[in-house]
Amino acid sequence: MAYEVVIGVEVHAQLRTQSKLFCACGTTFGLTANSQTCPVCLGLPGTLPVINEKAVEMAVRAGLAMNGTIGVRNRFARKNYFYPDLPKGYQISQYEAPICEHGWIEIAAGGSRKRVRIRRAHLEEDAGKNLHEAGSGMSLVDLNRAGTPLLEIVTEPDLSSSEEVVAYLKSLRDLLMYLDVCDGNMEEGSFRCEPNLSLRPAGQTTFGTKVELKNINSFKFVKDAVDYEIKRQTKVLNEGGKIYQETRLWNHERGETAVMRSKEEAHDYRYFPDPDLVPMEISSEWIEQLREGLPELASTKQQRFITEYGVPEYDAGILTSSKALAVYFEACVTLYPQPKTVSNWVMGELLRELNNSGTEADASPVTPERLVELLTLVDQGVISLKVARDIFPDVYASGKAPAQIVQEKGLTQVSDEGALATMIDEVLKKNPAQVGQFKEGKQQVLGFLVGQVMKASGGKANPGKVNELLKKALAG
Amino acid sequence: MEITRQEVEKVAKLARLALTEAETTAFSQQLNQIVGYVQKLKSFSTEGVEPTSTVPGQSNVFRPDQVQASLSTEQALSNAPDAEAQCFRVPKIIQES
Ligand SMILES: [Zn+2]
Repeated sequence: MAYEVVIGVEVHAQLRTQSKLFCACGTTFGLTANSQTCPVCLGLPGTLPVINEKAVEMAVRAGLAMNGTIGVRNRFARKNYFYPDLPKGYQISQYEAPICEHGWIEIAAGGSRKRVRIRRAHLEEDAGKNLHEAGSGMSLVDLNRAGTPLLEIVTEPDLSSSEEVVAYLKSLRDLLMYLDVCDGNMEEGSFRCEPNLSLRPAGQTTFGTKVELKNINSFKFVKDAVDYEIKRQTKVLNEGGKIYQETRLWNHERGETAVMRSKEEAHDYRYFPDPDLVPMEISSEWIEQLREGLPELASTKQQRFITEYGVPEYDAGILTSSKALAVYFEACVTLYPQPKTVSNWVMGELLRELNNSGTEADASPVTPERLVELLTLVDQGVISLKVARDIFPDVYASGKAPAQIVQEKGLTQVSDEGALATMIDEVLKKNPAQVGQFKEGKQQVLGFLVGQVMKASGGKANPGKVNELLKKALAG
Repeated sequence: MEITRQEVEKVAKLARLALTEAETTAFSQQLNQIVGYVQKLKSFSTEGVEPTSTVPGQSNVFRPDQVQASLSTEQALSNAPDAEAQCFRVPKIIQES
């Protein structure tokens, strides 16, 4: 039977505040366990949470950038459940009145654009971390992360393939990084995603039973896990089986999802307003002030790159795919005002090295200055374009100045007529047949001969000069 | 509105409280008295009155985003019944598959 795939996504994005959501502990990742806690985030009796204003501002900015409606009257609620990484026995979250509702984000997938509706985004505190001790039946708990501000962003079930899920997550992550409200680090858990997925016979209007997927910390795993789950559910349904509402963990080593079993499943969170926190009213003045402070977002920047620099829409899309890359591009163009040349290098050589090493453009060992140095060497005829491309990985890996690498490798372009003439003579001697063909009028042979001279020079000959001198030699 | 024994048992389970039969009976009665007392509010008209979830009547109490010193790891773990490798040590929750 043909099934329609229905997917919604829940994202937990850590907001980039200095201090936690309700206390003054820091939010640094990777410190010694339990070195970043206080009576408030440890849930000790008699303590009082007070909300971090910056976290509220970041949530509002994100909500506005997602085209959402900002909730004027905000309340915080307690979500009650028992888990070792939740010291208070409840998580402070928002239930009835989230900070943002009814937003949307536009994504590009499969050659078309689509709006993904955001049902809600709300502020809540993060839990700590459980580390499972093998064999002992015990867990170790680190509460450094407990109380870190999160923005939980929930879509409507608008997605229908793993490609769309990845496109949505990339767009959302870029957006949050553009706003500087989340560092987007998936491995460190700053941007966590949980797709929920159900199948229904094509044409059916009611939803099937949905399964939630967890433990996915890269875009590749998102794609793999969603594809696996679609296949699994299709198979179960085709064999007349039943899908259970459950949470399944992605196991990337086995390439499959497996049911998460917990001894502490509370399906009744008994939300109620947290009496420790006073209501929060977000005035329209405050919202407008934050709206005015929003940076230029990717879609606006893309349009500007097209009009201001005259680069094709495709280029502009890639160049603005991350804020760091857009900043890099603009820095290069300021130094070297040939946008299309810069764009080709940034999208080609640079992005390839960045992707291979998993580096963001703002941490590139080849700075905009260095890239421009390389381009200038080509313009000055010191090296050929081919040599420039060939040495780029070395410039990237070594962090050395391009000129230094050119010198060390002896790659300076040969434009000296004497040296070139010697090479040309040899090539002509070695290829009498082709020389004969050329003299009989077969012009195409010239290209072959130029290639032979380039080869003899180890790619260092100036191709323009070679062309010119070859024609002269053949005419003589 | 009446609090049934089943409701008391459910709440006790969610709160990880092991109640005896006698305690369940006693708490059912006491909770019914408390809820019954609060029911008196129903005789007043509350139309146009905003629901209250906090007492002080304040709103918008914020904290600046500034880090202050945390407890030391030793202090943080000092009340823990069991600790290891700078961590709280507790019975495992997730079952090993
Ligand atoms: Zn704290």
